[in-house]
Amino acid sequence: MAKTSAEKILEAHLIDDRDRVEPGEVVRAKVDFVLLNDANGPVVFRHFANMGAKKIANVENVALVCDHFAPAPSAAGARMLGDMRRFAKDKGVELFFDVGKGGIEHTLIPELGLIGPGDLVAGGDSHTGTAGAFNAFGTGMSWAGMAGIMALDETWFRVPESMRFVLEGKKSNFTTGKDVILKILQDIGVDGALYRSMEFGGPGLDQFNIDERMAICNMVVEAGAKTGIVDGDDITESWARDTCKKKYKITNPDPGAEYYSNHYYDLSELRPMIAKPYSPENVVDVNEIKNVHIDQVYMGNCANGTISDLRQIASILKGRKIAKGTRAIIVPATQKIYQQAITEGLIDHFIASGAAVSMPTCGACFGGHNGALDDGEVAFATINRNFKGRGGHAGAQVYLGNSYVAAATAVAGEIIDPAKL
Amino acid sequence: MIFRGHVHKLGDSVDTDVMVPGRYLSLLNPKDIAKHIFEEVDPTFASRVKPGDIIVAGKNFGCGSGREQAPFGLKALGVSCIVATSFSRTFYRMCIDLGLPILISEEISHLAKDGQLIEVDIEKSQILLNDRLIQVEPLPQFIQNLIGMGGITEWVKQQLAQRSS
Repeated sequence: MAKTSAEKILEAHLIDDRDRVEPGEVVRAKVDFVLLNDANGPVVFRHFANMGAKKIANVENVALVCDHFAPAPSAAGARMLGDMRRFAKDKGVELFFDVGKGGIEHTLIPELGLIGPGDLVAGGDSHTGTAGAFNAFGTGMSWAGMAGIMALDETWFRVPESMRFVLEGKKSNFTTGKDVILKILQDIGVDGALYRSMEFGGPGLDQFNIDERMAICNMVVEAGAKTGIVDGDDITESWARDTCKKKYKITNPDPGAEYYSNHYYDLSELRPMIAKPYSPENVVDVNEIKNVHIDQVYMGNCANGTISDLRQIASILKGRKIAKGTRAIIVPATQKIYQQAITEGLIDHFIASGAAVSMPTCGACFGGHNGALDDGEVAFATINRNFKGRGGHAGAQVYLGNSYVAAATAVAGEIIDPAKL
Repeated sequence: MIFRGHVHKLGDSVDTDVMVPGRYLSLLNPKDIAKHIFEEVDPTFASRVKPGDIIVAGKNFGCGSGREQAPFGLKALGVSCIVATSFSRTFYRMCIDLGLPILISEEISHLAKDGQLIEVDIEKSQILLNDRLIQVEPLPQFIQNLIGMGGITEWVKQQLAQRSS
């Protein structure tokens, strides 16, 4: 029977005494890669100890990345990072990335070729679905469950139904992968894909490079999805051939696969989209927003601190200044991207424009540090969530959008269509 | 497993950022987290919840960031179980793995009133409300077993014991 990508990847990882899966079934499967950060790791380690587990069943497939409280904003944050170092040393985890050694986990792990097409990736962070850009099945899990995977090298999954998203037509200027997923969120809402897999394909897909595909998959969890998987094509193959450290298997849905629903998007009609406070589903065309002054523009996160994003930002900021009364913060997602941006001269443009450039961190994205907001402040950010309190104070407001719009907004001091700058 | 408690009624798409703001993520002790649950949107929530109370919510409960501080904070507050129209999947899985019982019922989230006393029978998937016994869809057997064991920790212990014997 014809299968979706999610079904095929799960089938390839079954350890039950069966070789087929159907949506709705609970199955046991082996996971290819386990991804923990310093927000969930310290809790996971406590569960691991409580389970009586002594060693990690497959230590080569576990990565520990310091990104949330990195660099430590407080003594309590430093304690989280200390827990990471201790656990890595005690359990012999080689894939440990401390401050200065890596970056934001969801960008870093594929950059290092540690995951690839056809992989089943489990993470303690909800944005683990970003792995779908690389034709992998990535999903955020419970933290106790992550400890169980490290102890047993297996876990349980409910096989998801899948939704098909077909991209067609030629996209217009200043639209990116971020606008695709924001448009979908406008249409289906924050529970529109609850428990399901969102699968992306179609003739328009080749206009989105790997980085922009990350922006799409990064926010599938905002629609409630278990995972999001981009079809494997020449772009995927070329990335995997150059980057992957181990064998990979491009996995595409069978013709005639059954979907919960089918959705068609004409990219020529796609516009820069903005999610207004306080929900990622509260989405409008950028031109519907008038006279919204912005105190802070934050550019960067686990899918929008890529070199493509930094180039998009630089294309707007080059030769321009950040507006008076507005501040801009730019955060490359990894050390390697940061270095690349220096080599390309992008950082010079950022600093000349009056933007602050910081080391990789999740800090301000979760309202933790490095750009948290106070009561009454309004921010524009290329991040993935704008719930009440997300930016810091519950009285702050966050608008979400792509890197072009963010940079243009920083220059104008108010939310603006980059075409009008 | 039968729970009898007063209802705390919550709405649709209640996210984990409002349950536990990001700045508290370096708190690891459930009792410390419990004090801050819904702090900014409903400052008296934590003091109103009594041991055994039951949360009844709308759709997509626990959406947003996957943070275990949210379910373990609710559990530490004394919440005995959660009934919702639907759950965010990470939150759903976290509850199961922590042994915090949950049931899915749209009917209950429409009918139950804040402060009302209800009774939830997890094994039978039944809820007693206003002298009406309402049957809801049972959880898959494997998931019921995990909840019955008090969460995934016990299951992993058993698996590890089997492997070493």
